[in-house]
Amino acid sequence: MLEINNVETYYGNIRALKGVSLSVSEGEIITLIGANGAGKSTTLMTICGIVSARSGDILFQGKSIRSLEPNVIVSLGISQVPEGRRIFPMMTVAENIDMGAFLRNDKAGIESDLDYIFTLFPILKKRLHQQGGTLSGGEQQMLAISRALMARPRLLLLDEPSLGLAPLAVAQIFEMIKKVNSENGTTILLVEQNAFMALKIAHRGYVMETGTITMEGAADVLLKDENIKKAYLGL
Amino acid sequence: MKALTELKKSIVVAVWFMFLTFPIMVIRVNTIEKIIEWRWRNMIFIGVGSFLFSFLWRYLLERKQKQQEVQKGTRSWGTLILEEPKIYRPLLAVFALFVLVFPFIFSTYQTNIMTTALMYVILGLGLNIVVGLAGLLDLGYVAFYAVGAYSYALINYHFGLGFWAVLPVGALLAAFFGILLGFPVLRLRGDYLAIVTLGFGEIIRLILENWNAFSFGPSGIAHIPRPGLLGLNLTLNESIVYMYYLIILFCLLTIFIINRLQDSRIGRAWIALREDEIACQAMGIDKTKTKLTAFALGATWAGMVGVIFAAKTTFVNPASFTFLESAMILSIVVLGGMGSIVGVFIAAMILILTPEYLRAFSNYRMLLFGAVMVLMMVFRPQGIVPNVRRTYKFRIPEKEVR
Repeated sequence: MLEINNVETYYGNIRALKGVSLSVSEGEIITLIGANGAGKSTTLMTICGIVSARSGDILFQGKSIRSLEPNVIVSLGISQVPEGRRIFPMMTVAENIDMGAFLRNDKAGIESDLDYIFTLFPILKKRLHQQGGTLSGGEQQMLAISRALMARPRLLLLDEPSLGLAPLAVAQIFEMIKKVNSENGTTILLVEQNAFMALKIAHRGYVMETGTITMEGAADVLLKDENIKKAYLGL
Repeated sequence: MKALTELKKSIVVAVWFMFLTFPIMVIRVNTIEKIIEWRWRNMIFIGVGSFLFSFLWRYLLERKQKQQEVQKGTRSWGTLILEEPKIYRPLLAVFALFVLVFPFIFSTYQTNIMTTALMYVILGLGLNIVVGLAGLLDLGYVAFYAVGAYSYALINYHFGLGFWAVLPVGALLAAFFGILLGFPVLRLRGDYLAIVTLGFGEIIRLILENWNAFSFGPSGIAHIPRPGLLGLNLTLNESIVYMYYLIILFCLLTIFIINRLQDSRIGRAWIALREDEIACQAMGIDKTKTKLTAFALGATWAGMVGVIFAAKTTFVNPASFTFLESAMILSIVVLGGMGSIVGVFIAAMILILTPEYLRAFSNYRMLLFGAVMVLMMVFRPQGIVPNVRRTYKFRIPEKEVR
């Protein structure tokens, strides 16, 4: 579904991605793990087109999306939950969710997606008319995921959904990610520092270090790998 | 106990001020009689004055904090008036009647300055799109105003076209300049954007001032015809009244359109852009288009008011389009409350009309202006009438929510 070939991305003169290649097939949960500054978020930003790749190619369903504008990429069915949630703080929860459906016009579809979101995150229904900025961290993350889901994406990119959340909230969020994948068949690319949690729900995983992919494989294999255990799982 | 510490703090402030102002307020060298005068009485005034002021300041700050704690969730009387149809409908009717009969009750002088104030209302509303909704700080807004005014003056001079023919041309030209400014600043934010727009405003003014062959330089262009009314010959007084009604019409049109814009798709995109640029892109909003439309639409209103301004004063020169003018319009937006239409209206009235009526104090005008700004920012940073945006509501019965 998504194919990244040898992508290089620069911030000014700094090469953040040094030839990254990975592939995501339909219906999978793929996780991209690695330490701070490895280039995980840059990879996501490059896929979304917010940062542009200098070389290499990004194929989505067989078509190159490398040089497309971010809004076109969203309309193709790639939706992002940005790092640090980035909800609109002064808008109400309802408006935030509604912004996710910005590119859609099918009223019936939007309503049914809304219902689905409220079954996933019932708490958001109680918070509907509250300002987004007044929610707790976990609730904000739920809101950010809901907002991204309102675009009805075929590929959902999640950037560190566990960032700064209480362990209980993290477990809940991961549960929901798994649910969205199994119920909707939404393909998910999950960037995480919390390698243990991420590998537990993922089908396959990639390990990133200083701008390159150093290891890849099935999630359960990676979980048992000695090097990964040492480097990322603290075992 | 608390009052005592507050008192102590105020005393410290008073002493400090007495010390600071000692050299200028107390000592005075009389050069004629070659003696030094010690004006101790001034010191007492300063001491008592600063003590009282500091005490009041603290009291107000504390009250504001308390209000914030209490008022979470409850509506203030201001928003109550705006939201309750039973209260605002009759008020609006009385206000509309007053506006309609205004030129017949008051003198032409009053009508004239009211027209000016209403022009600033439209300018404020236009800038509100750029600053209040899209969150792009524009310090060179007056440039578009100048573009509008000069397009009427020049087109009329060279081709003899009338007010109504040039009005849309001026608006379009200003929109074009808005886009022209928009392109280079697409990547800029905050302070950097403010600086570039400030520069843009100055560039336009300097071109008008120095390109004599094009704009007739600092001497400006005179004898611009007033707007016509079905070919009638209007006297000066009549045309001032006509101008007044014309501007009222434009004001209503602007309010209507901006109100609709706020709730529209593009309006929501602007607000999203103001709140978070990256999230806005992640939602699939075209950042480039959104920014450019904000600049273009904001500039359109300035261009229109520019044409009206040229027709009203029958004379344009670059001195009318200085940075001070931009600052004034921005103050109207900030003082009124970013994004709020009623707020902009009230602020324009206050900022434009009070200097007219307080001509006796014209020396202290900027001083008062500054003091009001500081006080507003400390005690009511959200503006006179904070923006009450119509919030998007899903159709979910209340019972279900609980």
